[in-house]
Amino acid sequence: MGETGKSLRSPKSLRSPLGRARGLGSAKEGVNHWWAQRMTALALIPLGLWLVASLVCLAGADYAAVTAWLAAPTSVGAISLTILAVVYHAILGMQVVIEDYIHTPATKLVLMVGLQLGGFAIATAAIVSLLVIAFAG
Amino acid sequence: MAESQSPGAKPHPTPHPRPISPHLQVYKPQLTSFTSILHRLSGIVLSVGMLYLVCWLGAAARGADAFAALQDFNGSLIGRLLLLGWSLAFFYHLLNGIRHLAWDAGFGFELPNAYRSGYAVLAGTVILTLGAWIAAYYQMGAF
Repeated sequence: MGETGKSLRSPKSLRSPLGRARGLGSAKEGVNHWWAQRMTALALIPLGLWLVASLVCLAGADYAAVTAWLAAPTSVGAISLTILAVVYHAILGMQVVIEDYIHTPATKLVLMVGLQLGGFAIATAAIVSLLVIAFAG
Repeated sequence: MAESQSPGAKPHPTPHPRPISPHLQVYKPQLTSFTSILHRLSGIVLSVGMLYLVCWLGAAARGADAFAALQDFNGSLIGRLLLLGWSLAFFYHLLNGIRHLAWDAGFGFELPNAYRSGYAVLAGTVILTLGAWIAAYYQMGAF
């Protein structure tokens, strides 16, 4: 410890060393981002495989067959779940990409807002589409 | 000890002296860095693929004509190439994601194992993508 170490314990400062250090790191949000990325990843192993396998099975199917499959309650539920997990996972992943490569504060802010608001808009669009197919079809 | 906040420290030339990503050009290409870069790239590709999937759902909700137009595009050469790219990205990101989850849980991080799993992910991506496309063409009655 040099001068800084001494000054941290100086009687003039009433702040504890922990109080000074808190909030200065790069990861102020703790482990939330990391954990949510892993949880959505875990959910997407079965959900993603199921969705891709279903789409492969629908190859060459006509409109009636595709909408009949999409309208089934299991499809509506599982596709909604998949889209929600994908959107959440994509927001977390793209956020890191933006943070790593975009260093202009204004551009970064615009992209972050677009990513996070756009993500929820896309998830909503997907669920509304599914409900329209299920109830109006 | 790093004491960048001490009063005697020189001011940093940039307004935000935070650590940034390492520069790729100073690294010798390796399987481990290649698979890492590909993971991020496939993630970006899949984010765009998700937008396309939601468009496909929207077309199905809009009606038979809109859906037929999108399916025609899917069947075109450009459409098939896009779907091939997205399926490659999907299987790669899935398998390499499982590799990452294993690392996070503390398994397979030794260099020989990291290389073995890296080659397995690349081989698995090709096999699963080929399998999915053979199954899809079989479904369409191609053979």
